[in-house]
Amino acid sequence: MNRREVLARVSTGLAVLGTAGLLSFSALAADTIKIGAVAPKTGPLAGGAAVSQWPNIELWAKEVNDRGGLKLKDGQKMVEIIEYDDKTNPGEHIKAAQRLATQDNVDFIIAPYGTGFNVAAAPIYAKYGYPQIAVSSISDQIGELTGRYPGLFFTLGSTTDFVQGVVNVLSGLRDKGEIGTKVAMVNVADAFGIELAEVARPLFAEAGFEIVYDKSYPLGTPDLSPIIKGAKGANPDAFVAWSYPPDTFGLTEQAIIEDFQVKAFYTAVATAFPAYGGKFGSKVNNVLGAGGTNPDDPKIADYRKRHKEVTGKDPDYWASANTYAALEVLAQAIEGVGEADREKVTQYIKDHSFDTIMGELKFENQNSRKYWTVGQWQDGVFRGVDAVNIDGAAAVRPKDGWK
Amino acid sequence: MSSGLHGPGLSLLSNKLIEMDILVSGLLLGGTYALVAMGLNLQYGVARIMNLASGEMLVLGALAAFWLFTTAQLSPVLTMIMVAPLAFIGNWLIYQLLLRPLVRRAKNQGQLEVDSILATFGMSFALVGIMVAIHGEYFTYSYLANPFEILGTTVALNRFVAFVVALIIGAALVLWLNFTRPGTAVRAVSVNTEAARLVGINVPRMSALSFALGGAVTAAGGTLISTFITLDASVGVIFTMKALIIVIMGGVGDMRGSIIAAVLLGLVETAVATLIDPGLTLVSAYLIFLGILLFRPQGLFGKRTT
Repeated sequence: MNRREVLARVSTGLAVLGTAGLLSFSALAADTIKIGAVAPKTGPLAGGAAVSQWPNIELWAKEVNDRGGLKLKDGQKMVEIIEYDDKTNPGEHIKAAQRLATQDNVDFIIAPYGTGFNVAAAPIYAKYGYPQIAVSSISDQIGELTGRYPGLFFTLGSTTDFVQGVVNVLSGLRDKGEIGTKVAMVNVADAFGIELAEVARPLFAEAGFEIVYDKSYPLGTPDLSPIIKGAKGANPDAFVAWSYPPDTFGLTEQAIIEDFQVKAFYTAVATAFPAYGGKFGSKVNNVLGAGGTNPDDPKIADYRKRHKEVTGKDPDYWASANTYAALEVLAQAIEGVGEADREKVTQYIKDHSFDTIMGELKFENQNSRKYWTVGQWQDGVFRGVDAVNIDGAAAVRPKDGWK
Repeated sequence: MSSGLHGPGLSLLSNKLIEMDILVSGLLLGGTYALVAMGLNLQYGVARIMNLASGEMLVLGALAAFWLFTTAQLSPVLTMIMVAPLAFIGNWLIYQLLLRPLVRRAKNQGQLEVDSILATFGMSFALVGIMVAIHGEYFTYSYLANPFEILGTTVALNRFVAFVVALIIGAALVLWLNFTRPGTAVRAVSVNTEAARLVGINVPRMSALSFALGGAVTAAGGTLISTFITLDASVGVIFTMKALIIVIMGGVGDMRGSIIAAVLLGLVETAVATLIDPGLTLVSAYLIFLGILLFRPQGLFGKRTT
């Protein structure tokens, strides 16, 4: 065999390989269900999405593909995830969603992370007929929004439910004689914190509580000590902060520094993050926060184990499980319909109930009312102590110092 | 909404306590702000690089502190000592490889400013991307989060440590700039690049030195700030903005000005948060900034250009 012959053979071989590769590639492409995901990887909400949103997408896609893909009428199809970073910017989010719909031609899109993003992007998802099963989205406009967007579903509750949970917990402590009626309330000065504080004022008053300190602070305030000092000076029985992750950490740290003695201490988003327990350890025993879960529930326990195995980290004690459950709903609806028909899948979600790690989920007027509202760090685990339509809430304990 | 705490019936004693609280907490916050701004002052004032990636350099220091603390239980103060020389080398390389060509081709100060803003803006995205890949979640851990009693008011020990280090770095920089030969050369470059060259100062070398030193100070500040503020990979821009305001308030190229502006900002923000409303801290900061821009556009210590 001379040199020319070798070359000729090699090039023929390569050409055959290349064609085979192309063929198998196109065969593969036809056999997948393309799922888009747009959420922050950078920007202010990225730290939260890295805990509650992205790992669940990874876990869900792996598990679906490990069992051979989604079972459809024309055989099983693997899911293929196409991810974009929305940079925590609604404009970027809409552009990315548009791209998923028109360039990548994805079959479905996973709902955005964050209340504002779910509301801002709803028109674009509606325009292309994508069902949008929102999780990290809490609003009192659920009725109005679902009326306007027939493919928009909610799973984590309304602002009022969310606040009512805190009022229930404090009322319970008061009725047992553990705390009095004075509440110090602070909020982060953005849409989320302001709305919660506005809903909370009348609900606290109705329940017989007196708000003795009521202040807001800008997002990213570098020193929260004046707020804790002010709240402490008002001598409250309970402290409630409608806070975001960096200030949840900051307010708690200052409360420890100032030895702020209240029988009920509540911070909102990120209290349920494993990093919160990791940072403060036993000092935050009996701290109350947004969310909660029941780690003794076998389905939740199994989910938490799988999450750790696949993603290498623990899920949070709140929205992580809801996020995974929403993906289960999507998968079961696609399999139920048997094809990637967005309109039929949306209708299927409305008409059926779904067996998920959060139990049986059913949408009434596009809203699934099954979620935890308040949790509490109890001996290293953040347990749900108040929920809507979920059993297994742990008893609330009064806070006893920062040790 | 009045909390009743600051009403007219207040006794003299608690008035004194509140004043002390404001003074101490304000000074500590000022120390934090000084850590954020001193590095940018060197980079902008001397090397003439409007470094929009300054905040990312700070967050990079914070990430190092967080990462070494959580994986190896290494004290952030030790990390700071390691990070400073590394950041110095890194920033020196950035200046020589990426920014020096811009300096060379710029026909005037204005063009260099535009070019350096664009280049460092791009750099900030690259740094954010790298940090997200390393750790996309919050950099949160607990170090010296203990109460510390000083002048009758309680502060966090980690904030106090950061203040002391800020004081040491600030004093060392001011002394170095005013009482040593290289420091004087750096100041000369900051005042007038052309004249400095005429008296035999190696301007490119002094600029590289200032840029590298500025980066080292910023990254060192980040390691300390991470002990009491929860940061994440994308939060740098907030620090860049704060640093920019302080540098412009104090006077570009004047270290004393930056330190005084930082302390002023810390005191005013704390006073407003304590006496009026925490919601108005940002407003107060921008009001002072606006006032200085209106009545002393060259900054507190800046020299009026002719």
